[in-house]
Amino acid sequence: MNTETGTTYTSGVDVGSTYTKAIVLDEEHRIVGRAMLPTGFQLAEVAERVYRVALDDAGLTGDDVSYVVATGFGRHQVDIGDLTVTDLTAAARGAKFLFPGTQTILDVGGQTMKATRLEDGAKVKSFRLNDKCAAGTGAFLEKTARYMGYSTEEIGPLVSTSKEPISISGVCAVFAESEVINHLSQGAAPADIMHGAIVSFVGRSVQLMKRVRMEPEYTLIGGILRYDTMVRVIRETLESDVNVPDDGLVQFVPALGAAILGKLRLAALAAA
Amino acid sequence: MAYAAGVDVGSTQTKAVIVDEERRIVSRALTDTGANVMRAAESAFHEALASGDLREEEVEYVVGTGYGRYKVTFGNTQVTEISCHGRGAVQMFPDTRTVVDMGGQDTKAIRVSENGEILDFCMNDKCAAGTGRFLGAASSALDIPLEELGPTALRGERAVKISTTCTVFAESEVLSWLGKGKKIEDILLGVHQSIARRSCGLLRRVGVESEVTFTGGVARNTAMIDALNRGLELEVNVSDDSHYMGALGAALFALDHIRASRAPAHAPAQEEGRAS
Repeated sequence: MNTETGTTYTSGVDVGSTYTKAIVLDEEHRIVGRAMLPTGFQLAEVAERVYRVALDDAGLTGDDVSYVVATGFGRHQVDIGDLTVTDLTAAARGAKFLFPGTQTILDVGGQTMKATRLEDGAKVKSFRLNDKCAAGTGAFLEKTARYMGYSTEEIGPLVSTSKEPISISGVCAVFAESEVINHLSQGAAPADIMHGAIVSFVGRSVQLMKRVRMEPEYTLIGGILRYDTMVRVIRETLESDVNVPDDGLVQFVPALGAAILGKLRLAALAAA
Repeated sequence: MAYAAGVDVGSTQTKAVIVDEERRIVSRALTDTGANVMRAAESAFHEALASGDLREEEVEYVVGTGYGRYKVTFGNTQVTEISCHGRGAVQMFPDTRTVVDMGGQDTKAIRVSENGEILDFCMNDKCAAGTGRFLGAASSALDIPLEELGPTALRGERAVKISTTCTVFAESEVLSWLGKGKKIEDILLGVHQSIARRSCGLLRRVGVESEVTFTGGVARNTAMIDALNRGLELEVNVSDDSHYMGALGAALFALDHIRASRAPAHAPAQEEGRAS
């Protein structure tokens, strides 16, 4: 608690496979601070650092924050946090907060893809995930871009210039290299190849969503959903509107959900 | 003396072998396949001609094989690499009944009969896990040249268990083990065991019958030979020409054609007879 204002803050730290994210929330569920850094291999250090940067962003110190919840694949390898929750639970809470009508969540990160079906409240009814094969994760798009000499950050601008997607098999992120090189040597535009990779990838995403018996509303989260083309292709494939967090929050939904769960936990502790 | 050639256009390297009528290898050549597959095939063939001190006219028949076999435009015909690897392996090791071929992009398990005919095969060509690419990923992640991977892994004492299946994720797993202070030797030993485990699985699907011959570019890797031996609990045959096995098989098929065309002049006569 902040001793001057008497405000209680909570924080959520999401240690993802590619990025670690932190959110600081005030009592009114307003986001007052956030931070994101590449996860790398020193999970404990990066979690601590991201949390500090988020505190700085909020103009707060560690003493102001009453409860910290850690989530994400690396949650057990960090010392931070009063509680750990699974990323599915955290993402469900965050998505439901931003879009109360959410029934199905698609979360596409750098090394995982998850589809979650919710039941009443923000409870997870069923989920399917892929973290075994890169062809079904954001790494597929990142690799495809890299084979053509583009960085991850250039995927968005590149694909926005595409006219027509080129058919890409998308079976293996490693074998995509020869496929991409073949298309390039036949004169295909990199933008169209990237577009084709996204179309193929969305096919896999929708398959995963079908396996949790998806129902609208659909909420899309995770780093890969920052590409507008990805969102557009999903919308076209599902023939349905989709929710996408704006204000750069698309990557912060599990961290946000974790901070909200921290707030609920505090309330429960106070009531006890 | 008549000569026959086989050109094996693989995903990573293109190999050419020229044999004489006695099925002896008279020359061989190897080049990176690269983007221009047709040129790679030609250059491997011409290099083999040069090293055998032969003229193109002296080679009567050329068989193309490998994934790029249809790009061997100067070839007389094509034979699948499965058949060629089986044939080559039996030529080198006549008691071969099972072949495991590990190339840059796929791994194959092949069961052959006493005369080198293919009885069954199984391959991993949809996913790079358990192929030479897995070693390529480890090589680039650890910045160790491919040819040093095997010797380095053999110095490992306690293999690190590699849990990822996907080649893409293996790269980050390797780095994360390094970050956790594991020795490069132990990580690499684990990488080899992980690939061998997948290959043994593939082999069991066709049935492992002794002798087993290990072919393809990865067969030059001593740690992989060791890992396969342990996994299969036997000693696999490895030839110094293991990566030329497909090209050798193709050259032997080419030799069959030459012999058939020279066989007592029945075929042409029969055709003439029918025509008249």
